[in-house]
Amino acid sequence: MKFADEFRNADLARALGGRIAGEAGERHWKIMEVCGGHTHTIFKYGIEDLLPSNVELVHGPGCPVCVIPMGRLDDGIAVARQPGVIFTCFGDLMRVPGSDGSLLDAKAAGADVRMVYSPLDALKIAQQNPDRQVVFYAIGFETTAPSTALTLLRAKAEGLRNLFVFCNHVTIIPPMKAILDSPDLQLDGFLGPGHVSTVVGVRPYEFVTKTYGKPVVVVGFEPLDILQGVHMIIRQILEGRCEVENQYKRVVHDDGNPKALEVLSRVFKLRSHFEWRGLGFISQSALELQDEFADYDAERVFSVPGIRVADPKACQCGEVLKGVLKPWECKVFGTACTPETPIGTCMVSSEGACAAYYNFGRYSRARERERVLGAGDHANGNGNGSGHELKPIAVRAG
Amino acid sequence: MTEAVKPGSGAAIKAAASRIADPEQRVLERIAEIRKRKPSLREDAITMSHGAGGKASHTLITALFGDILSNPVLDQMGDQAVLPIPGVAGLGLAITTDSFVVSPLFFPGGDIGELAVNGTINDLVVGGATPLGISAAFILEEGLDVATLRRVVESLRRAADRAGVSVVTGDTKVVPRGKADQLFITTTGVGIVALPQRVAMHRVAPGDAVVLSGAMGDHGSTVMLARGDVDLEADALRSDTMPLHRLTAALADAGIDVHFMRDATRGGVATVLNEIAQAAGVAVAIDEDSLPIHDEVRGVAEILGIDPLYIANEGKLVALVANGDAARAVEVMRAQPEGAEAAVIGEVLAEPDGMVFIRTGFGGTRVVDMLIGDPLPRIC
Repeated sequence: MKFADEFRNADLARALGGRIAGEAGERHWKIMEVCGGHTHTIFKYGIEDLLPSNVELVHGPGCPVCVIPMGRLDDGIAVARQPGVIFTCFGDLMRVPGSDGSLLDAKAAGADVRMVYSPLDALKIAQQNPDRQVVFYAIGFETTAPSTALTLLRAKAEGLRNLFVFCNHVTIIPPMKAILDSPDLQLDGFLGPGHVSTVVGVRPYEFVTKTYGKPVVVVGFEPLDILQGVHMIIRQILEGRCEVENQYKRVVHDDGNPKALEVLSRVFKLRSHFEWRGLGFISQSALELQDEFADYDAERVFSVPGIRVADPKACQCGEVLKGVLKPWECKVFGTACTPETPIGTCMVSSEGACAAYYNFGRYSRARERERVLGAGDHANGNGNGSGHELKPIAVRAG
Repeated sequence: MTEAVKPGSGAAIKAAASRIADPEQRVLERIAEIRKRKPSLREDAITMSHGAGGKASHTLITALFGDILSNPVLDQMGDQAVLPIPGVAGLGLAITTDSFVVSPLFFPGGDIGELAVNGTINDLVVGGATPLGISAAFILEEGLDVATLRRVVESLRRAADRAGVSVVTGDTKVVPRGKADQLFITTTGVGIVALPQRVAMHRVAPGDAVVLSGAMGDHGSTVMLARGDVDLEADALRSDTMPLHRLTAALADAGIDVHFMRDATRGGVATVLNEIAQAAGVAVAIDEDSLPIHDEVRGVAEILGIDPLYIANEGKLVALVANGDAARAVEVMRAQPEGAEAAVIGEVLAEPDGMVFIRTGFGGTRVVDMLIGDPLPRIC
């Protein structure tokens, strides 16, 4: 595939991995990728295998599905169950558990729940079904918010009266701030979210460098982007710099997208506070519709339970998200909390830190996988190409 | 010292945990033991995930059907069952059944009628059976156009002719409007197979090569686009629905030592490999760069954020062959039109049992798990 394969070149990856291993030296590095899209790339391409074991990637809070608190999901499901409603949402939200089942379960019980790829699909459904109330359950950061905003502007311009938005849009800076404020923070730097930055630009991250003294590199979503981002962070620290750098210049402008920002401010305003799964209430961390769009606001038009469902006490997702705990150190990991019966956000999405760790099992560590699979020449050069040893893995001595 | 304890039982977990002092290893061992437990069906109602061919389907089949209907033949959970023929030694009767509910009924490259024949033929031939005949049962929705039905049945006839079998019996039911979606078809096929079966799960062994007969994901992507839910166009995309009888016959004729075969349908190649890894107690490692995938499918998968390894096929053979025969198996397959794009995609390893890995083209590795839920698009 043109314009994609160039950023997936294995030779360049090995070279870059080797350079990172050389420069990282002996110390332990902890770098957080904020965005769920990055986490996905890291797992999809097995990027951790290309990094030396002392460079650890911590998977941050930027998966928009994972951060939706249970109570908000319950509210959505309650709307979906109302007669006459066509409930639309992005696909990966459908199996996230609420306190009493998921949207997929509500659908099985008779609710008209439909997967859409864009809020404009919901608009189309509303036009095709004038006698039904069509609700779009909006989630996502500044990345997806502009498309929701444009859809609402179009619905208003066309005088459409049967489309409603249940708004759960969130903003990226407040949760980063919450993580940085945590007293037990152990991160060296951040890989900044590429897609969000196409909208907001790179300047909003300056507080991370100025107030908290942690470098930020905004990176793209191809595997080479991520390796390069890791390299740039290590470089900054070794050279005594602390800046916001833009690795994703081919897409992200330093000032972001002024048009999208303008649309956002016309349609949305900041909520006074919003609850995040695993992180609790964070002030001014989410968007709601301006009063001008009250007639389109599902939260105002429909009655919803609005009951806050506390994160389970035993769940330590917050600590995992902050990089303080490793997934296996959580009290309920692998016992009460599994991918089939997730308790916390990190286990919900397949790319949540805990789900990924659970699925890799004892082969989560690159070195052990390599011993079993002989997975190519690695960054530090101890792989042996495609030769595979069949000897069983040794359980580490206690 | 370990006593004979049931895998996955409390005692097994405790024993596994006590062997290790390292707390991380202890947690991981516990998970490994829990994974060996028989799955249990937790849901109160059937959801679409139960039909997607992944983990939920697997759980439904083993925990409900397999549990209630358990018997020595069913318990083998093959694509086809093999029954002894009283009084005849050395031959068995292979039987398989499959329902078809695809929407839309017609899509680029095929239709529900053709699918209903090919699917059943394929379930027979991957077990090494020679098809004898098939039955077809139709559930029709009130109001269905007779012209539509005629078109489907004519296509079904053509597909049967192509596979060299006849539809020898059938059934028809009509349900009120809204109680079915146009028409559903159930086909059952019977065939004859030499005993002991040459192609069987217990023959899968470390060192086997994994051969795939052609490109992945054509059918699933085609139907997804034909449904019109996604505003994408890919004119070159066609369903791969086809019978695999010539391909399996060619492998047998060439004397290829095939240990096991399966056609990769719902849940894709990834799900088939996971089933093999679990049932045979082996690991499967595949190489990303060797996977045949058409550009159109790569494009659709990339845009929708899904993995071609999980997208449905309707005419792709996954064959595990003795390592020394791998190159020749590919050669034999490529000589047939159904296998023109065949390739060795991986190999069977002894450890870690029950797991499937992929070596990515980027130089890393990742676990390829069973599909959880529908293949849903990602949003970021």
